[in-house]
Amino acid sequence: MRTITYSQAIYETMREEMARDPHVILIGEDVGIFGGVWGVSGDLVKLYGEDRVRDTPISETAIIGAALGAAMMGLRPIAEIMFGDFLPVAGDQLVNQLAKARYMSGGKANVPVTVRITTGAPGSAAAQHSQSPEGWYMNVPGLKIAVPATPADAAGLLRTAIRGEDPVLFFEHKMLYALKGEVSDDPDFAVPFGQAAVRREGRDVTLIAIGGMLPKALEAAETLGVEGIEVEVVDPRTLVPLDKETILTSVRKTSRVIIAHEAHKRLGPGAEIAALIAEEAIGYLDGPIVRVAARNVPLPYSPELESYVLPQTQDIIEAARGLVRYRL
Amino acid sequence: MSIGDYSTEKLLRLYRQMLMVREFELRAINERRAGLIPGFIHSCVGQEATAVGACAALEPADVITSTHRGHGHLVAKGGEPKYMMAELAARTTGYCGGKGGSLHMTDFSLGILGANGIVAGGIPIAVGAALAFQQKKDGRVALSFFGDGATNEGAFHEALNLAGLWKLPVIFFCENNLYGEGTPQAKQAPVADLAIRASSYAMPGVTVDGNDVLAVYEATKAAADRARAGGGPTLVEGKTYRYRGHYEGDPMVYRSKAEMDEWKGRDPIVAFRTRLLSEAGLPEAEVAATELAVQSALDEAVAFAAASPKPAPETALAGVYGEISGGLVF
Repeated sequence: MRTITYSQAIYETMREEMARDPHVILIGEDVGIFGGVWGVSGDLVKLYGEDRVRDTPISETAIIGAALGAAMMGLRPIAEIMFGDFLPVAGDQLVNQLAKARYMSGGKANVPVTVRITTGAPGSAAAQHSQSPEGWYMNVPGLKIAVPATPADAAGLLRTAIRGEDPVLFFEHKMLYALKGEVSDDPDFAVPFGQAAVRREGRDVTLIAIGGMLPKALEAAETLGVEGIEVEVVDPRTLVPLDKETILTSVRKTSRVIIAHEAHKRLGPGAEIAALIAEEAIGYLDGPIVRVAARNVPLPYSPELESYVLPQTQDIIEAARGLVRYRL
Repeated sequence: MSIGDYSTEKLLRLYRQMLMVREFELRAINERRAGLIPGFIHSCVGQEATAVGACAALEPADVITSTHRGHGHLVAKGGEPKYMMAELAARTTGYCGGKGGSLHMTDFSLGILGANGIVAGGIPIAVGAALAFQQKKDGRVALSFFGDGATNEGAFHEALNLAGLWKLPVIFFCENNLYGEGTPQAKQAPVADLAIRASSYAMPGVTVDGNDVLAVYEATKAAADRARAGGGPTLVEGKTYRYRGHYEGDPMVYRSKAEMDEWKGRDPIVAFRTRLLSEAGLPEAEVAATELAVQSALDEAVAFAAASPKPAPETALAGVYGEISGGLVF
């Protein structure tokens, strides 16, 4: 084990996978000599050369399309999209091509493409650089969606994505890049998709926290614990596939559910999770399924406005207090 | 090159393939009317020379991406009419097991990376394939077919820019049939020759008579040779004409009978047949035998499709992902 940042965990995993498999390449805007605008790709171009670490034009459609075509011909591309907000620029290649190539070809196309994407609000980046678009793509069968919240998961889920055979949207929360944590030294360390992690056990409330909301969820749980409200924090780790069983097991135990994510509330990932719980465990619930999420407006620039729109630790705390007091 | 420089075998193969493309389309249109084929068809009748001439310039290991008007490309790259017809008929024996239909037929073993339902959708994918070939230094070439309408899409420009920048071994083949769906090219683009668009991306752009199969072959062969030698991409524009609607059932109110008649007077198959007999000196009997062989292959294709099983409904759920873990919600 070693203690490294989330950003370092992603970098090291890419470095190890590129060393292990010559078919792994990295393409994207400023991933080469710049080292990535978030600094994640670092010196990879020096280690593996400009053939395998390719700076692209600002050309998201070409990036995703090229990754898809290269994957069909046997490479394992990692494509970096600098901001999740830019994914719609490549909309057709993502939604109609990458996601569906395997299915519509009757299984003939193999599509090992990892799309690394930054997500979430880094602070005063306003409406086009702060969104959390994970949920938009949950509605597109064929894509897998990873939302790592710890350095270990960043490493382990990324390795699974790169070695896998399917297109993965790998969402890196900008405010987690500096987060430190323990990561395995095992060069084959991988976290399987579809296995949620229970980050803290508790009997009173299930708190499902997605991506960048995990630190806030753990902080809220700490405060609530002092008040005698025991919160169970569940981190889904991947939204597609979703570990329904771990979620339902926790809900059946606590009978109360809060879902926290930075995506907008309306049809964010929480809407799907809430519907699943309603379909399969409604009889266990002692109150409404509560979503703590961004208000349904574009992300504003002003710090005062932005923090009002984004879900905060205090919102989780208040939601939990309300839920334990709730009487049917 | 003159026609005399081609072997008889090669000339007959070009003729056979063009005829197969046309007759395949006419059969498919009939079978759709008869109820065997449930989905829509964008036929390429009239455009046979671009598909056949371009693919004749490729090696078997080279790859293509195709379009919504893609049946001709598939035949020309070696697609089997019976598996194509079975796919149109939505049978398990079809190229995609009935999951793709006309717009998504794929056969990696033949280098067919897929037709495409999105205008310009296949162009960036061909660039990605060419990136892999450049990376592996395996001497292969990718060719992307698209129509004139696609050259107004952003994907076209992004793809050509990247290919020009990286000097990728790819050929961009524009089948300019003068109409983007129901709107003439003059109302869609401010330039008459679309090949001029290559100049922004530091690659040659050539315009050829897309109804002359040998002219198409020669232009594409030159592009393929350049690409294989590391010279980078080429944009080839073949001017041609589709005889039927954008899709079967299109009322075609947007063009005149006089215009259609004029193009039918330049029919690529009729013209080539005449040249085979008069210039290349092929015996009429040999040409006629080729025509019979095409018809019997298509009889067989229709019979094969009709006799093939329909997929079991629950198989719709399989094949979305390469790896599935049990019991998980996708």
